[in-house]
Amino acid sequence: MEIEYDVVVVGSGPAGLSATAEVLRRGFRRVLVVDENPLPGGQLFKQIHKFFGSREHYAGMRGFRIGERLLNEVEKLGGTISLRTSVIGTSYEGEIKTLWLSNPERGVSKVRVRKLIVATGAKENVIAFPGWTLPGVMGAGAVQTLVNIYRVLPGRRVLMAGSGNVGLIVSYQLLQAGAELVAIVEILPRIGGWAVHAAKILRMGVPIMLSTTIREVRGREWVEKAVVWRVGRDGKPVAGSEVEFDVDLVCLAVGLSPNVELTRMLGCEHLHLRALGGWTPLHDEKMETSLKGVYVCGDVAGVEEASVAIEEGKLAGIGASCELLSREELNTLVEESWRRLDELRSGPFGEPRKEAKKLILKEFKQRVRGRGIGG
Amino acid sequence: MGPLKRTREVIFYFCRNGKCEEVKAFEWDTVASALLAAGYKIFRYSDKYCEPRSVFCAIGLCNSCIMVVDGQPNVRTCITPVRDGMNVEVPQ
Repeated sequence: MEIEYDVVVVGSGPAGLSATAEVLRRGFRRVLVVDENPLPGGQLFKQIHKFFGSREHYAGMRGFRIGERLLNEVEKLGGTISLRTSVIGTSYEGEIKTLWLSNPERGVSKVRVRKLIVATGAKENVIAFPGWTLPGVMGAGAVQTLVNIYRVLPGRRVLMAGSGNVGLIVSYQLLQAGAELVAIVEILPRIGGWAVHAAKILRMGVPIMLSTTIREVRGREWVEKAVVWRVGRDGKPVAGSEVEFDVDLVCLAVGLSPNVELTRMLGCEHLHLRALGGWTPLHDEKMETSLKGVYVCGDVAGVEEASVAIEEGKLAGIGASCELLSREELNTLVEESWRRLDELRSGPFGEPRKEAKKLILKEFKQRVRGRGIGG
Repeated sequence: MGPLKRTREVIFYFCRNGKCEEVKAFEWDTVASALLAAGYKIFRYSDKYCEPRSVFCAIGLCNSCIMVVDGQPNVRTCITPVRDGMNVEVPQ
């Protein structure tokens, strides 16, 4: 069966939902959202902490409330989300893009679409050490999903690797859920996340061991012991500095990388940027990639905060609706959105991302517009 | 997060070496969350070195938790909701 859509959005996290609301608000009616998860909202519904930032970006609200609000908005505007649906194939023929969608109940269907918004988010990074594949070594986000969504505590005594905001927040939530946290280890000589999150952990008496990393994890079929050791100024581990912990869960909170499988499969051009988590699709001011009619937003376009994802989703939605807007309207909306993005990208965490985004726009102009494609 | 809203019990089967055991789950559980909650922690063994594998990412990205569900291989159990009477097998 072939279906025609004006817009297909891949991913129903903060970026995807925000983009969907925008294209519906601008007047598109044949809009489909697909998500391979059984629940919509991406990672928002596991965020039980309050968000920071400005009021127009939901500061003070808990993540799952923001998720509820975005979902309600999309529903009110008449949007439909096809859950448990994966994109398993694509074909780019300029104006029309073909997607093959797979769903356990409906099987494979072919969909033809004019505008594609990719909002596939990010995946957790891994560090390798002896025993890293042993069950009981999990992503910190995975543990957050299990605890906050499914109310399952996968371990009782936990070692956390990484003191960025994810590591700190998940550590605190593990304590709230009744687990014991033996330590947080951080390979850098300083805490990575915000002081307010770190202070909560330190007040609970959990040590944050700086310049320390995991040496190995041992266990028969599940984690039983974790050995950590110090890292010297030369970046090399210090023999004899080992500390051993009895644990049944090791959480890795060592960053995220954009999920670029779909943009790669489509043939979008990418750039490797450390500040944004790795390979990132090039895009212009309206979030359009090197392929005309293919837009990106949220973590797939560079790993940042959920508030940035919401704003970028809106911007991609505006970009995808460009034909429904006057040139003036479009310029004003895009400018306003960038003003808000610049605000969100201020401060020590935001500045490197702001610079990396500038590089993306610059590279887009040189590589894509320069040869007369996509612009 | 508030109190649990959907608490209907779902019963499915965890099968290993041809033997099946009943697993009790909640309606909103995924196969992976229900198995971990019930204490079935090893989901499969790796092909090459036969090492145990379980949940790693819990959002359908890493394929660590794949099992045979109702005869279908390579099902990502962390994004598959439980259903009454479903058969979840440790792959051979």
